[in-house]
Amino acid sequence: MTAPSEVDPGTPFDVEPAGPAGPGGERGARRTVLRYALAKAGGAVLSIGMVIVATFFLFRLIPGDPAIAYTRDVPLDPAQLDRLRHQMGLDKPLMQQFLDFVGRTLTLDLGTSYEYKRPVADLIAERVGPTLVLVGTGLVIAVSLGLWQGTRAAWKHGSRFDRFSTGLSLVLWSVPTFWLGLLLLMVFAAGVGPIPGIFPTRGMEDVDAPDGPLYLLHVAHHLVLPCLTLVAVVYAQYLLVMRSSLLDEIGQDYVTTARAKGLRDDQVRRRHAVPNALLPTVTLVFIHIGFVVGGAVSVETVYSWPGLGLLFYEAIQGPDFAVMQGTFMVVCTAVIVMNTLADVAYHVLDPRVRSA
Amino acid sequence: MNITWTRRRTALSRFWRDYRRQRAGLYGAAILIAAVALALLTPLVTDPAGMDVTRATGAKMAAPSLDFPLGTDESGRSVLLMTLWGSRVSLLIGFMSALLSMTIGTVTGIAAGHFRGWTSAVLLRITDWFLVLPSLVLALVLAAILGGGTSTIILAIGVTSWASTARLIRAQTLSVEARPYIERSRALGAGHWHIMTRHVLPNVAPLVLANTTLQVASAIVAESTLAFLGADSGKVSWGGMLRGSYDWGAATSGAWWYVLAPGLCIVAVVMAFTLCGRALEAVLNPRLRGVSR
Repeated sequence: MTAPSEVDPGTPFDVEPAGPAGPGGERGARRTVLRYALAKAGGAVLSIGMVIVATFFLFRLIPGDPAIAYTRDVPLDPAQLDRLRHQMGLDKPLMQQFLDFVGRTLTLDLGTSYEYKRPVADLIAERVGPTLVLVGTGLVIAVSLGLWQGTRAAWKHGSRFDRFSTGLSLVLWSVPTFWLGLLLLMVFAAGVGPIPGIFPTRGMEDVDAPDGPLYLLHVAHHLVLPCLTLVAVVYAQYLLVMRSSLLDEIGQDYVTTARAKGLRDDQVRRRHAVPNALLPTVTLVFIHIGFVVGGAVSVETVYSWPGLGLLFYEAIQGPDFAVMQGTFMVVCTAVIVMNTLADVAYHVLDPRVRSA
Repeated sequence: MNITWTRRRTALSRFWRDYRRQRAGLYGAAILIAAVALALLTPLVTDPAGMDVTRATGAKMAAPSLDFPLGTDESGRSVLLMTLWGSRVSLLIGFMSALLSMTIGTVTGIAAGHFRGWTSAVLLRITDWFLVLPSLVLALVLAAILGGGTSTIILAIGVTSWASTARLIRAQTLSVEARPYIERSRALGAGHWHIMTRHVLPNVAPLVLANTTLQVASAIVAESTLAFLGADSGKVSWGGMLRGSYDWGAATSGAWWYVLAPGLCIVAVVMAFTLCGRALEAVLNPRLRGVSR
């Protein structure tokens, strides 16, 4: 969980001043960007490495014998248990186990699920699609709505719309994602009093799902409530970030200049202020992706949406440590990669950071 | 009465005068005082026997009535009683994990801002790592691995939520250390420890206070989410109650009291902490004062 964005510690990554803008000109600038991108990529690789190392040692802290956990307490005779321990590599020295683990992870062999007795990588591959649909749709709506409303609120700051927006985002920020999901489930899926429920309560599709183009409609119908929940929680953050970022720009000289030139209010906003305020906001959108992932776990659990979040939740209930470990690494890696891409994109797009 | 104490007293009264002007902050503080008072009074005015599943007296899943103002749960316990007792667990975990998170964040932030070179680089990398990773997922993994219990949940939330604080404190430390009196005290022979504890810490303390208040809010949300997803402390908390309501299908079978009571409590307390935190920030950070944020 992150605190409300206004208290975000400024830019959440280092804005390193690039070297003096010497006579290199355009080519020098491009080389700086490339060097920056390489440095960031190196950092990302290091971070992913830290995830792998942390995962290995964390999951060794689990009390009890992994071989017994794997058999789900089905009694085995000692010889069978030894054979299983040998298969799982538990009889090797710690260092060797670690190297094996790294090797397997790098070749995308994430182990075998205790619950399903199937490769974890396959389970994850099956579940990625629904999560991408949910999080992708949710993010697109949340970002557009948040940026639009944040812009409007900041431009007329102090207005009724502004106070309403800030108040609403404060409330939404205080609401736990899963509880909002339960509320929507209660009102729109189960129905209140005489009003019948209009949306399905669980899953992505029913057993009698239609084929062809109707199938998309069927899934979309199931998607409404989970997506609404995710959007409500996530968009408040974007609203606040966009609002405070645009408020910073409004006081700048170039905005006054644009007004002095006689531009219409609308043009000053759209052509001058918003593009400048947009850059830090878009980066924060990506920085908060970890928060979105957390929200997705709650949402998928409440609505039994068959994605990665639900897989992770089921692994916790088991507990199925193999699945938990695999999902954890995949999710963390995805988040780190997204962040790095956003970071580099920001650097390329915003000349102010480059020649600070 | 020596001079420092007089100075501190005037500073405190000035702070209170400024804080009083923040209407939202006052509402927040009032809700908080009420919530903490209720949580502390609960063992004095209620009988914990009602929390025992085997000794529950009500009908199962009964709607609110005079005997049970907020209805009953799936084993006939009073939801009102559970909400009162649950507040103790939720608030305790919220406070303690915020404290832990602030301690880690402040120490890391000051150290990363004070020292140069390797120390700072390594600390920053670790901070960024924690900042980027999905903290809820990490906390769930920690709680699942370390097994249940109140201290595990506190640890899981505290360890995963300190990174933004560390960033904030580091930025503040850098700006404090750029001031001339730090150079003067260094010239007079002050060591790292002296500078960090005597000069930097007092300067970042107000920021830490405001941030802790906000941190408690997110810690309570985190606790309820963890409990809902199955990583609970073994005691009834608001999140745990919602988990029970979900397992029983309360939301889809019309048992609104079981879903609303704990949820509204979470929202009220979290909002109160957020309002207080923002008011503190506005008072302590004069830069925010002019613009209405």
